[in-house]
Amino acid sequence: MATEHADNAHHTEQALTPSGYIEHHLSFNAHGVNGNVTDQGFWVLHYDTLIMSVALGVLVMGLIWLVARKASAGVPTKAQAFVELVFGFIDDQVKNIFHGNRHSFIAPTALTVFLWVFAMNSMDFLPVDWVAGIVSFFGGAHAKWRAVPTSDINTTFALALAIWFLMIYFSIKVKGLGGWVHELFCSPFGTKIWVWPANFLFNLIEYVSKPLSHSLRLFGNMYAGEVIFLLLGLWAATGVSGTIFGAILGAGWSIFHILIVALQAFIFMMLTVVYLAMAHESH
Amino acid sequence: MNINFTLIAQAIAFAVLIWFTVKFVWPPLLNAIETRQKEIADGLAAASEGRSALEVAAKKSEVTINEAKQKASEIIGQAEKRASQIVEEAKGNAKVEGDRILAGAKAEIDQEVNRAKEGLRAQVSSLAIAGAEKILRKEIDAKAHSEMLSKLAAEL
Repeated sequence: MATEHADNAHHTEQALTPSGYIEHHLSFNAHGVNGNVTDQGFWVLHYDTLIMSVALGVLVMGLIWLVARKASAGVPTKAQAFVELVFGFIDDQVKNIFHGNRHSFIAPTALTVFLWVFAMNSMDFLPVDWVAGIVSFFGGAHAKWRAVPTSDINTTFALALAIWFLMIYFSIKVKGLGGWVHELFCSPFGTKIWVWPANFLFNLIEYVSKPLSHSLRLFGNMYAGEVIFLLLGLWAATGVSGTIFGAILGAGWSIFHILIVALQAFIFMMLTVVYLAMAHESH
Repeated sequence: MNINFTLIAQAIAFAVLIWFTVKFVWPPLLNAIETRQKEIADGLAAASEGRSALEVAAKKSEVTINEAKQKASEIIGQAEKRASQIVEEAKGNAKVEGDRILAGAKAEIDQEVNRAKEGLRAQVSSLAIAGAEKILRKEIDAKAHSEMLSKLAAEL
């Protein structure tokens, strides 16, 4: 399909079909680790996802750092007041869920997750065809660019898996390896030997479902949002009235999407905190 | 939905971002906010402390003023008492002195009277003698009586 689309685009602009348009916008700027342009196999990097996410991470955390570096206990500047607002919001959320020393790791992690995911989600507001236009200006008509890193399953799964490993790390750190294994077999149904298999199965399902639901929720929301933007963008192909209609609908969806962008970032952050807090509790 | 090496790269980026936040972003913000919170709490505590201190001072000053008033009225009372005492004393002294002077005067008068009486008595006796002499000079003949007189003189 990808090669077919590439052929279509290669011939002429008029050969663009709706499916080709969507296919183009949903294709990654993929490069093999060995230098080939391919999207097959494991040893592939999505340059667009990587560059956008790292740039956004450096941007948001860098901006916060610039303020935090000069943070004073006296009368705060407006920038510091804003950063403290975000800080307080995250800190309050974490405080309500996690009852331990949150400042050493969990709260800063929650801040990172929230701001980074929020920034990555926000890339959905960039008009898809503007992004494609800029990229094709620099990289030619074939160049593909997905602006929203969180609509790449690799990003959301990477985050969820990292949290998953942290979850196991904290479980073992707090309860000890024996305590963790004990919990795998002895909760939630009890310590009797004949419920061990049920307990283990239960925990296994939980450990598998946590990263899946964590990552797929964010990915699904962002991917669907992007697809709807693309479908609305297709209206432009039907003429002036279609363009206007599509623009109005697109504006409406953008406004609604502000909610989704913020909400999904918040949910992802909350789940992160909840999972890490659960890892600290012994049953 | 193709999982590939991007996953690992993103996880590394995530780990670096978390490390950065834990190390450089969170602590200074937390420090600033907690320091300010402490300062505000201290300020509020100091303010309420000052307020209560002011109340205590006001109460103390009231007590002091009352004490001073009481003392002042006491002193005034004492002074009045002392003044009347002095007046009484002076009155007493004056009376004693007056009495003394009066008594002295009386004694002097008595003395004078006595002296006058004595004088008078002396004069009366000499007058009586003079009168008697005058009377006697007419009736007594010196010759007739010279015998008796010489008798008297002999008896002396």
